[in-house]
Amino acid sequence: MPLIALDYWDLALAALLLLVNAGLSIWLQLGLARDTLIAAARMAVQLSLMGLVLKMLFGMVSPWLTGLFALAMILFAGREAMARQERRLAGWWGYGVGTTAMLAAAAIVTVFALTTQVRPDPWYDPRYAIPLLGMILGNTMTGVALGLHTLTATAAREKAAIEARLALGHPRNDALRHVVAAALRTALMPIVNSMAATGLVALPGMMTGQILSGVDPVEAVKYQILIMFLIAGGTGFGALTAVLAAAARITDGRHRLRLDRLAPKKAR
Amino acid sequence: MTSDGEALLSVRGLVRAGIDIPDFELAPGEALAVVGPSGSGKSLFLRALADLDPNEGDIRLRGDARGAMSAPDWRRRVTFVAGESGWWAERVRDHFEDWEAAEPLAKRLGLPEEAGGWTISRLSTGERQRLALVRALVQEPDLLLLDEPTSGLDTETETAAEEILAERLSVGAAILFSTHDEAQAGRLANRCLRFAKDGAAEITSCR
Repeated sequence: MPLIALDYWDLALAALLLLVNAGLSIWLQLGLARDTLIAAARMAVQLSLMGLVLKMLFGMVSPWLTGLFALAMILFAGREAMARQERRLAGWWGYGVGTTAMLAAAAIVTVFALTTQVRPDPWYDPRYAIPLLGMILGNTMTGVALGLHTLTATAAREKAAIEARLALGHPRNDALRHVVAAALRTALMPIVNSMAATGLVALPGMMTGQILSGVDPVEAVKYQILIMFLIAGGTGFGALTAVLAAAARITDGRHRLRLDRLAPKKAR
Repeated sequence: MTSDGEALLSVRGLVRAGIDIPDFELAPGEALAVVGPSGSGKSLFLRALADLDPNEGDIRLRGDARGAMSAPDWRRRVTFVAGESGWWAERVRDHFEDWEAAEPLAKRLGLPEEAGGWTISRLSTGERQRLALVRALVQEPDLLLLDEPTSGLDTETETAAEEILAERLSVGAAILFSTHDEAQAGRLANRCLRFAKDGAAEITSCR
C-alpha cells in the first residue's frame, strides 16, 4: 500500500478546525483564541524545523552528528524535568540528577534496542536511533520528573516522621523507605496505566502512524509492543536512578535529613 | 566528674550555628533542664546533640567519641524525642519493635492496652506525645533528649511522666529536657542550661 502524501492545502484545510475553535473562544469570551493560535503556530514551525534537521541527519548517517543531536535532546529533557519540580535540589544537583539518570537510562535502553532487536545497518542509523530515543526519552522524562517531584515534596511534608525514625536510630534507608516507595509508585504509574489501556482505549501514535504509512497492522503491533517494553524499562531504570540519587542527596553520611539541600519553594 | 570515665556525657567545643553552648558534663543519673525563651535555641541544642543537624564538637558518651560510632548507633544510646511527634505507619503498634513490651509504660501514661491497634489518625496531640515518649523509653537509651516532653499534658499524666523519668535517672540514665515550666525544671534537675534570646547559654542552678 503506497503512502498517501499530504500537500500544504491539506494542512491548511485541517488548520480551519483551529480557526473554528478560536472563533468559538472569541464568541464565548474564553480568552483562549490568542494562546491557541500561538501554540499552533509554534507547533507548526518547531515540527517543520525538526523535519528539516532530521532529513539532513538521515541523509548523512554520521555517528557524531547523531550522537550530538541525541545529547541535545537529553539536555532539553533535563531542563524540562527540572522545571516540573516544585522543590528541586539546590544548585547543579537540581539539573544534574535528573539529566544524568535520563542520559544513562535512555542511552542504555536505546542502544540495547538498536543493537539487539531492531538492528539497522549501521546500528546508529539516525532514522531508527532518533525516533526510538525520542519515544523512550519522552516517557522517561515524565517518570523522572514525577519521581523527583514526589520524593522532595513528600520528604518536606513528612519531615517529622522521617526525623522521628532517624532519632530512634533507624538508618536513613529505612527512614526514607516509605517516601522512596511513594516516589517510585508515582513515577511508574503513567506507564503501567498506559500499558494496561493500550489497545483497548487508545491506539498509540506510533502504531497508528505506521499503519497510515502502509505497514501491515500485525507488524505495526509488534513494533508497538517492543516500544512499550523499551519505554517501561527506560522509565523504571531512569526513575529508580534519579530517586535513589536524590534520596542520597537529601540525607548525609551521618544519617541526617538535609532539607537545606533543596532550593527554596518556587513562587507560583 | 572530671574524668571521662565517670561522666556519662561530656560536651566540649560544641559549634552549631545559632547557639553558643558552654562545655559541660553530665553524671549518670543526672538531669539537666534546658530553659529559656521560645526560639532561643533549646531545640537546636537538643537536635545537635542527637546529631540531627550538622554540628561540630567533642561529644562523648561514657568516654566514647560520637564521631567514632555510626549515627544510628549514637542515636540508639542518645535518643531525641521531638516536640512534634512523627509517625510513618498506619497503626500505633507498627511504630514499636515490640508493642507488648511498651504496654506497661503506655498504661502508666493513661493509654489503654488496646491503643496498639489504634490508627494514628485518631490519636490526639497529647496521645501522640505520650506514645512518642514511650517509643524512646522502651529502647532504654543512656541519655534521653526530650523537647518539652510534658507540654500540653494534664497534671495527672505529667506527674506520671515525671515519675517514669525519675526511675530512669535512678538506674543511671541521664536526661536533658527542655521546658517552659521552671517548677518542673526544679523538680527533676539541679542544674539548668539557661538560654538567652541570642542563643547564648550558661549553666545555672535551677532553684
